[in-house]
Parts: sequence; structure tokens; C-alpha cells
Amino acid sequence: MNDKVKNYQSFLTTALRIIPLITLILFIGPVLAGLIGTILPAFGYLPALGGNGFSLDPIREMLLAPGIYNSIRLSFFTGLATTIISLALVILFCASWHGTWLFTKIQRFLSPLLSVPHVTIAFGLSFLLAPSGWFFRLTSPWATGFIRPPDIIITQDPFGITLITALVVKEVPFLFLMTLAAINQINYVQHLTVARSLGYGPIAAWLKTVFPKIYQQIRLPIFAVLAYAISVVDVAIVIAPTTPPPLAVQLLRWFNDPEILMRFIASAGAILQFMLVILAIGVWWTCEKIITYFGKKWVFTGGRFTCDKWLRLIVALCLLLVFIIAFFSLASMAVWSVSGDWRFPHTFPQTLSMQTWFNNANELYSATWNTLGIGFITCIISLVLTIGCLENEIRLGKKAQNNSLFLLYTPMLIPQVAFLFGTQIMLIMMNMDGSWLAIIWTHLIFVLPYVYISLADPYRSWDRRYADTAACLGSRPLRIIIRVKLPMLLRPIFISAAVGFAVSVGLYLPTLFAGAGRFDTLTTEAVSLAASGNRRTIGTYALLQMLLPFFAFVLATAIPSWLHRNRRGLLITN
Amino acid sequence: MRLLILILFINIYPASFANAKSETWERIVTKSQGQTVYWNAWGGDERINSYINWAGAEVKKNYGVSVKHVKLLDTSEAVSRVLAEKAAGRSSEGSIDLIWINGENFAAMKKNKLLFGPWTSDLPNYHLVDTIGKKTTTIDFTIPVEGLEAPWGMAQFVFMYDSKFISSPPMSIKKLLAWAKNNKGRFTYPQPPNFLGTTFLKQALIELIVDKKLLQREVDYKSFHKVTQPLWSYLDNLHPFLWRSGKIFPQNGPAQNRLLDDNEIDISLSFEPSEASSLISTGAIPNSVRTFVLSKGTVGNTSFLAIPFNAKSKEGAQVLVNFLMSPYAQARKQNPLYWGNGTVLDMNKLKLKERDYFTSLSLGVATLSPESLGNALLEPHPSWVNAIEKTWSKRYAIGK
Repeated sequence: MNDKVKNYQSFLTTALRIIPLITLILFIGPVLAGLIGTILPAFGYLPALGGNGFSLDPIREMLLAPGIYNSIRLSFFTGLATTIISLALVILFCASWHGTWLFTKIQRFLSPLLSVPHVTIAFGLSFLLAPSGWFFRLTSPWATGFIRPPDIIITQDPFGITLITALVVKEVPFLFLMTLAAINQINYVQHLTVARSLGYGPIAAWLKTVFPKIYQQIRLPIFAVLAYAISVVDVAIVIAPTTPPPLAVQLLRWFNDPEILMRFIASAGAILQFMLVILAIGVWWTCEKIITYFGKKWVFTGGRFTCDKWLRLIVALCLLLVFIIAFFSLASMAVWSVSGDWRFPHTFPQTLSMQTWFNNANELYSATWNTLGIGFITCIISLVLTIGCLENEIRLGKKAQNNSLFLLYTPMLIPQVAFLFGTQIMLIMMNMDGSWLAIIWTHLIFVLPYVYISLADPYRSWDRRYADTAACLGSRPLRIIIRVKLPMLLRPIFISAAVGFAVSVGLYLPTLFAGAGRFDTLTTEAVSLAASGNRRTIGTYALLQMLLPFFAFVLATAIPSWLHRNRRGLLITN
Repeated sequence: MRLLILILFINIYPASFANAKSETWERIVTKSQGQTVYWNAWGGDERINSYINWAGAEVKKNYGVSVKHVKLLDTSEAVSRVLAEKAAGRSSEGSIDLIWINGENFAAMKKNKLLFGPWTSDLPNYHLVDTIGKKTTTIDFTIPVEGLEAPWGMAQFVFMYDSKFISSPPMSIKKLLAWAKNNKGRFTYPQPPNFLGTTFLKQALIELIVDKKLLQREVDYKSFHKVTQPLWSYLDNLHPFLWRSGKIFPQNGPAQNRLLDDNEIDISLSFEPSEASSLISTGAIPNSVRTFVLSKGTVGNTSFLAIPFNAKSKEGAQVLVNFLMSPYAQARKQNPLYWGNGTVLDMNKLKLKERDYFTSLSLGVATLSPESLGNALLEPHPSWVNAIEKTWSKRYAIGK
């Protein structure tokens, strides 16, 4: 009997030990293979296209491409600006309003906004701000005097300001949630109480006591934002300038050039894109050191900054503006999807019609099913792997959390364009491209980190004494997990699945490359129509794009609540 | 009923040709049963997407061939994918079965031997194509087609203008500049390498270049800048008067049409003489829009369908193409209510009833009659496209 239990236990331990390995291979394998598949052609090696030796020619030619330096500057500038603005907004808002009613209120809007794909915001914003867009339609001609739209540059401006705006709207909720998670891990109440009792103003108290403690934890998310903003493709296609475009868009054009030798140059550009991200992280890191140096001095000078009322108000207004922009962007897409004629300067559609929905019913239907299917399966697999890894980690009492975390961030830190082309070749060689397997595998690379990050903390902080009690009552480990632990963790599990689902819905390049263009998801369809500017059709896709993740979040909160309706201790009273 | 007759017709038709041909075709039809055709076609225009959808449903119903439209942002994506497959050593079971293609993409694929064929003369309906009167069905941008791609539609470059704001449209490239100077910000063209934008450049070059014959030969890079100088100085003059002062360009035709609808510009471009009528009927542009061509003629070409060398469902693709070249499908395509793209067929080769499909079509309010459309000018050699696009980017798309 004793032997049997032992055997059983060692089986479980072995099984759990294998899971992190499988995860790692599934997860890092394609990224590494993809990078190699990009680096080799960058140095002229791709035998199938006649590149048999190594040379620096592709890199040299890439650097001679017209407009390349402006593309680089644009990407770098917009990426850094997005990150700085988003972080400053989030940190200042937390510092100003932490612990107030406004802070609690804002938190409720975070998840819905976080679940909206980036590109949906970009669609909405480009209509909102265009000279013939909603803002001018609302104010013309009575306020502006415009009978025809003014010929001025607003969207696609050469400095990428509208691009930055679209990205900030999406990155603020992400950084906000990451900051919240970090705050909850430290004893902020004591810090703040002490600081406030010493006479520090709210902002100064928070910045001087809480911020230094949480920065370490939000640093990786910040780098992820930086890397994303520098190398984003789908949002840039919609709202970035085109003369020249940001580097990532230029790369995509090169990769798709019918002139076959452009592939080498494109690969060289992908490496450049990667270097650009590393450079940006380096710059950030350096600035971090400088700010730390002066920040310490600032803390020790003991300035109280009690009169921060105005700053607090301005910060609150800025954050409010972010939400207002998001709301109107999304609302405009919803209105377009049911509009008939709607010409400048009419504020609202002249006629309403469901025609767009009917005309596109077939496409919308298949895109919705594909999106749902891919997202659902990817989430299930991600959950199984995540739970397996976490369980193994707890079982072995591992303290290797930080290492694993860094690995998890790898696909977020490496620009998608830098490895997806190589991954595509790998999938083709394995005869897997365009299959469900390939697309789910590729989505897994991007979904898994988010599922892991959002589930890890609740999972680790689960009270082990429940397990001990169950064990004393004679339950085996697997039974304890299935009957006690997982049901108790149902809520965070569902929420992390919803987060993963939202990520999957928004993936553009991975879907395009792994799916051989055969899987039309809501996002790929919408982006392929983006350039055409048919706002009615884009509106229908955009609306579904935001509704699917939204319902996922609703279900993720409703189902556990319903299942736990007679378990008072598990209900969240909010 | 009409359809039934047509199917019978298609099936019987090969008998009038050599028997061997008919056997080949029958073998293709038999083999195509149950195949799925991944048709890679530009997906930026809703009307075209619905037409493709319709054709897929018809072929599924009548031949048991499934059709999936893989929507591209640019046709070069498909070329790039076939190339990636070749690079990975996949010479069969490719992921693309059919590509909507012409011009430089065809030239690139033909040059790199990425195409299956010749196959078009195996199709019964290919013999209805007007290969004599419509020369561009056998010569694609000066490159001989040689049966590697099947003609699908005729295109001719036209201008669409809002008659509410323009009473007499500028009917030459030079008059267009003068008009633009008087109407700052009311004209633009899609950003090259979008084909419509590039076509505008070619159209301008044809009118401005001193020796037009040069364009029919491969571009000579040594003299390229000298012979194209009139084009660049024209554009230098034009750009300050374009929409957004030529600092931003719409990304394709539909995007520019939207600007027309938004009342941001007064003139848009199209490769389909009946596009204006078609868009008016769907409410996508104001009903005051009309069409004009330049007095010395505009560029015309044919768009084709090609099968990659490693396609998985070659037979299915051929069955689909044969259907797309049928009078029934071509007539629907020419109907401005659905798409409005000109047919490649020879009316004299059609039976009376089939001809009726076409003659019964109304032109639409904004479409020019074939007479006023005038003769289509020949496309330059595809090598010009690359050279023009590169120089354009260097001059106008590198930022300040």
C-alpha cells in the first residue's frame, strides 16, 4: 500500500516535472528557430534563393534604402514616447489618487479597455480625429465654419503623434494593471500612512515610498510596452504616417516584395528592428540609473510638496481623457456599422441600415468562429501548461521564479517581425503552415505569458493549509488539486483565461504568418480592410472584436460567481 | 434554368474541339471533385469580395469544389509566400492554389519559375476569350502570357470626379496640373507601390515622355533618370497642390474613394470604367460623381488568374477558372450592381443567348460609353514599374 502511494506520487512529480520542459520547448523553440531563420538571410545565407555564402551586403543595402533613417527615427521616437507617456500617466495617477474613490472607480474600466484589441482603438481614433472625422463633424459648420473638411494633417502625421495616442490609450490600462498587481505585493498602507503623517503631500508620499519598491516589478512590463510600441505593425498600418512608414511596416513591405532578393534586405531590417528594441531598452535602463541617482537625492532632501492639488487634477483629467478617447473611438465604430449615408458635416448618420451586417454576414460568421476557436483552444492549452508549471514550482519549492519570468517575457521583448518570418519557414519545412496546429502553436507563444503572469500570483498565494487538511482526510495529491485547489482558484483561472483570450483575439501578424492567410479572424479581416477605409465594414469587425473579449470577461466573472453562489467565502464582495 | 443550360453547354462545348482536349478537361473535372481551392486575391474591396464569394458558392454547388478566398493586402504577399515555400523545399502541396495577378507580380513569378502551366488552353471557356481584339489577354505588360495565366477581366484607367464641384474635368495630364493649382488639396493619388498610384505615374509618363517607344522595352537604368525627368518635374510641381500637400497619400483606390465620399477631394482614380456607377448604387460615393478619361487615351490592361507550381488543388483551380471565364460569370462581373469589371470574352464567339447577358446590362449613370472610353493605351514593360516606384519613394516618401 505504502509503495503504491509512493509510486503514484513519483509519477505525479515526474509528470509535473516534464511540463515546464514541454512548455519551454513549445514556447521558446519557434522563437529561437524563427530568429535563426531571420539572422541567416540577414547575412546573405539562404541557399534556396541562391544565397550560399555569408556577406554583409544585405545589411549594407538595407542601410542605403531610401528613407530608412527616418523610419528608424519614427519607430524609436514613437516607441519611447508611448512608453514614457503611458508610464508617467499611470504612476502619477496612482500617486495622486491611490486609495480614493476615483481610483476604485477607474479600476472597473481597466479590464474592458484592456480586452479591446489595439487595432480597434486605432480604427476608431483615425475616424475620430480625421479632418472629415467625428470631432469635426460634431463641431462643423456651426463652430468651425467648415462646410468641407479642412485640408490639414491630423491622423498619419509625420511625427506619429496620433500613433502615439492610439498606443497610449491601450498601454495605460496594461501598465495600470501591472502596477496594481505590484502594489498589492507590498505593505503600501504603512508606507503611505507614515509618509503622510510626516506631512508629505499625496503624490510625494507615494513617489518617495511606494514607487521605488514596485518599480522593480513593473520593469519587465515596461520593457514589453517599449518593445511592442517600437515594432507594432497592425496599429501602424492603420494610423501611422506612410512617407516613410515606421520600420516594422517597411519590413513587412520588403518581405512581401515580389522582387525576391528583397528578402535578404528584409531579414537584415528585422535584425535592425531587434537591435533598435535592445537600444531602446538600453537607453531606458541608462535613464533609469540617472533618475535613480537624482531620485535618491530628491527623497533625502525631504521636500513635502503639499500643494499638489493642481497636478492631481491635471493627471486625473488626462487619464479621464484616455478613457473618453477610447469610448468615443469604440462608439464611432459601432455607429458606422449600422449607418447608411453619413457624409461630412452630418453629426450622425443620415440614414441607419443593417445592410453592412447582412452583406458581410458570411464573412463575419466564419471570422467570428475562427477567432473563438483559436482563442478557446489556445487558452485551454495555456491554462494546462501554466497550472502544470506553477504546481511543479510549488511542489519543488523552487525559487526560480525570476528566471522563468524573464523567459516568459522573451516573445514580448523580441519584435514579432524579427522572428515570425523565420518561424514561417520553419512551419513550412515541418509541413505545418496553414494548419490549426500551427496557428494555435503560434498563438500560444503570445498567449501563454499573459495567462501565466495573471495566474501566477493568486496560484502561489493559495493557502496550503487547505491541502494539508484534505491530505489528513485521506485525499491523494491529484484529488486535492482537482477537488480543492482548482475549484477554489476558479475565479483567477477564468480571469486569466479571459486575458489570454483577449490577447489571442488581437493577434495580427502571428495569425497571418502561421495561418498562411487561410484563417480569417476578426483582426486579420479588419486589418486587410483597414487600408480601404470602408468604415462601415470595419465597424462591424471592430464591434465584434471588442464584444468577444468583453463577453469572455463577463463570463469569467459570472461563471465562478454562479458556481460559488452557495460558497460565501469564495464570493468577492465588491 | 439559365444556369442549367449553361452547365450543359460547358460540358458539351469541348466536343467541338479535339477529343483529346475534351478528355483532358474531363480528367481535370473528375479529379477536382472534393478539392479545396485557396484563392489568394486582393481583399480590399467589398464588392469584389462578395463576387468571389458568389463564384465560390456556384462552383461548390455545380462541381463540388470548395473555394476559400485568402484576402491579401497586396498581391505580392502571395508571390512572397510561394517563394518562401520554394525556399523551404516544398514543391508540392503548396498553400496557394490560385492567384489573382498581373504585371510585375506575374513577371516575377514567371522569371523565377514559380508558375504551373501552360494550362489555360485546356479550359473550354478559354476559347471564348477575345485574344485578337483584346491583345492584353495574351501579353501582360509586354510579357508574353504563354498559357501560364488565364485572362479574367479587362481594366482601363479612368478618373472619377464629383460633378457638383467640377463642371468640365481636366482631360489631359497637363490640364490636371493646372486644375490642381486652382483647387489646392482637392486631388491626390494612391501611394505607389499601390498599383493604382503607380498606374497614375505611368499614365503621366506616357503623356510626358518624349520617346514613347522606350516604354515598351525593358528599362535602361543608365538613361532612366534622363528620360523620366519630365515626370519628376511634373510631380514636383503637382505635389504642393495635392491633398495634404502631398505629404500623405491614400493607401489604395477604395481609400481614395472614401476621401471622395468624405468630400475631402474632388477627383479619384479607378481601373474600372463602371466603378463610379457601382459605388453610387451602394451609396459609397455621392450620386453626383461621374467618370472621365484623358483625351489622348488611358492605360488599359487585363488581370489574370495563375496557379503556383506547387499548388495542391491544381484541378480544382482550373475548374474554378473555367467557371470564372464562362459567359454567365463574366456577365455578372460586368454588371455594375455586382462589380462592373469588363469581360475578356469575344461577343462574336458567344451564342445569342449568352450575348444577351451582356447587352441587357445597363451601363449605369456614371459610366462612359465604349466609344467615349476610347482606345486603351499599352502598359509599359514591367521593369518600368519597379524603377518608377523606387525613384518615387526616394523622392517623395523618405520624410524630411
